[in-house]
Amino acid sequence: MPNDRNREPRALRMSRRRMLKGAAAVLGALALPGKDASAAVWEAFLRRNFREMTARDKARVVARLEKEYEAQFGKRVKVAVTPPIEGVLYGYGLDLHRCIGCRRCVYGCVKENNPSRNPQIHWIRVLQMKKEHGVDLEEAAHYYNPSKVPEKEFFYMPVQCQQCERPPCVKVCPVQATWKERDGITVVDYNWCIGCRYCMAACPYGARHFNWKKPGLPAAELVTETHYLGNRPRPVGVVDKCTFCIQRVRNVPGRYPACVEACPVGARKFGNLLDPESEIRYIIANKRVFILKEDLNTQPKFYYFYAT
Amino acid sequence: MRKAWEFFKGTLVLVARGSTAYYAWILTLLFLMAVGAAAYVYQLRSGLIVTAMRDQASWGLYISNFTFLVGVAAAAVLLVIPAYVYKWQPIKEIAVLGEMLAISAIVMCLLFVTVDLGRPDRIWHLIPLAGILNFPQSLLAWDVVVLNAYLALNLVIAVYICYKHYHREEPNPNFFNPMILFSIPAAVAIHTVTAFLYNGLAARPFWNASILAPRFLASAFCSGPALMIILFQLIRRYTRFEIREAAIFKIAELIAYAMFLNLFLLGAEVFKEYYSGTIHLAPMHYLFFGLKGHSDLVPYIWTAMIMNTTAFVLFLVPRTRENHLTLNIGCVLIFIGVYIEKGMGLVLPGLIPDVLGEIYEYSPTRIEILLSVGIAAAGLLVYTLLLRVAIPILAGEFHVGDDGVTPVIGDTKFIH
Repeated sequence: MPNDRNREPRALRMSRRRMLKGAAAVLGALALPGKDASAAVWEAFLRRNFREMTARDKARVVARLEKEYEAQFGKRVKVAVTPPIEGVLYGYGLDLHRCIGCRRCVYGCVKENNPSRNPQIHWIRVLQMKKEHGVDLEEAAHYYNPSKVPEKEFFYMPVQCQQCERPPCVKVCPVQATWKERDGITVVDYNWCIGCRYCMAACPYGARHFNWKKPGLPAAELVTETHYLGNRPRPVGVVDKCTFCIQRVRNVPGRYPACVEACPVGARKFGNLLDPESEIRYIIANKRVFILKEDLNTQPKFYYFYAT
Repeated sequence: MRKAWEFFKGTLVLVARGSTAYYAWILTLLFLMAVGAAAYVYQLRSGLIVTAMRDQASWGLYISNFTFLVGVAAAAVLLVIPAYVYKWQPIKEIAVLGEMLAISAIVMCLLFVTVDLGRPDRIWHLIPLAGILNFPQSLLAWDVVVLNAYLALNLVIAVYICYKHYHREEPNPNFFNPMILFSIPAAVAIHTVTAFLYNGLAARPFWNASILAPRFLASAFCSGPALMIILFQLIRRYTRFEIREAAIFKIAELIAYAMFLNLFLLGAEVFKEYYSGTIHLAPMHYLFFGLKGHSDLVPYIWTAMIMNTTAFVLFLVPRTRENHLTLNIGCVLIFIGVYIEKGMGLVLPGLIPDVLGEIYEYSPTRIEILLSVGIAAAGLLVYTLLLRVAIPILAGEFHVGDDGVTPVIGDTKFIH
């Protein structure tokens, strides 16, 4: 089931769009004066899934969002809708031999992606594993807190979205609010998600996170360079997740995700799987890589390896 | 058209009239619903943070109740088969009461799913054409389809039976029989689809067992009928409607078979997990014995186990099955036992320990409990109003007058 095919013939989509626009206009006209229930509010309510939008629709939605964010944070926010770059399929490498469990990646990610600070949402979770157990999730410690890392008897395994080629979350979403883009990144339309959390039950990597409360994001910490499918501020009651920093890697080809930049020991690698010269292809060719829970056949594009 | 309108007006009069006991019951339910509504408003304004659910245990009491109630709804089929396929008179007289219970249960199901949503304002995204229903890929999409179809089917059947009875006519077999026959696979379908919703997730080994759908059906045919037996006795005692002993004992006998199957399948599951002893044992071990010092669910599941096995014995032995005291004890035990086993006992171990091995112990907050009670009250109100019309019709207290149009209402009390 490819999920980037057109779901329906164009004619139907056009008529549906017209129908919804008409409905928005009618409801806007019905709205009581003095309330802010203008046509724009109804339009926001009756908008469509991002994948069905024309370029014009996107421009209007982006303009509306930017206005909304400016009102909320008092800062100009830019929401990009940059499409995937042709001939690119992102892949990630993580060197377990190097990782020291310092969690700088976790906070680098928080700083870049505008997640809720209160309650805290982290897209990366670093697991502390006993060396004698090897990779054993049942034995992993999630909340280790020594004064200094690394500790001698442990190694560390960061886990985040594995950007599966066969993502179970996409399969189960009842409204197609989450899908895999052509460059291999699984994204969420935060304005289409209904918050049923079925994808969270389906994800084998604990990579999907829910906004249980209106995200607490101080304006001072807001990053203003955003992408519609990535780090723009999230509404309450929807799921969000790691997108390989889609706002970075799409807007500036070759740029690294924040976690890659934050890693002090160079344990994190990133590149284009379709480019034989890329860093990630070098790792796959020369190091022995493995993927997490390979028995589930989710085919992650997130490769763990031991460099030495 | 005029006939239908007069009938409808008659039902409104019926619903508005009743004894003091009837009014007290309705007011109690409305009060509980108001409490639930207040809890829901509070949850909407604060976000789902007011529940005990978190990223690790992303579903809780609401989805547990939903799962259990789908089983209650599916159980109506246990009356439909003997009544309409085997044309067994004692059950045929009361089958419509089972269908109405299914209607109320599905209404509760839909409410539980709705209050669990993070964005109920976007529920229209599920409506094909207006939104996008991810059918046939998502099992949740399947569930939306089959639950609504089953609700519509039972509504049509129940209303049609009552309407015909009221006019003292026989149902038209060409219209009625296909619907009745279709409601049998539909009942199996709603519970199978709900089981598949869990079963299809490879990420959750506790749910990812092929035995899940059969187990769901077996337990559904215990809990739903147990509730029916209790309700039928109440109806028999407090209204002027006769329900034969034979019908009740037959349902109890069917429960005994279903409970045997339920326990047998559970045993098969337990054997496989414990004997092979893989890492996938963790959730089951957490459920039955606790894991790494976390054992919130242990007392509950053992309570359920003891209740279910005790009830099984009570229902298996004809002497205790046909003694009203032990029969009712058995019904209560089964209802609570299956509620635990197919609610929190099924949903939570799927999520605890989570996919990265973390144990977050979930137990519902007061808001979740109040909201659930409110929804249960809504379901009981739906059932009460349906019965308020159906029972006088079946008892011959509400029927069309000699002119073939005006309703005649003999029953003004309902609960006496």
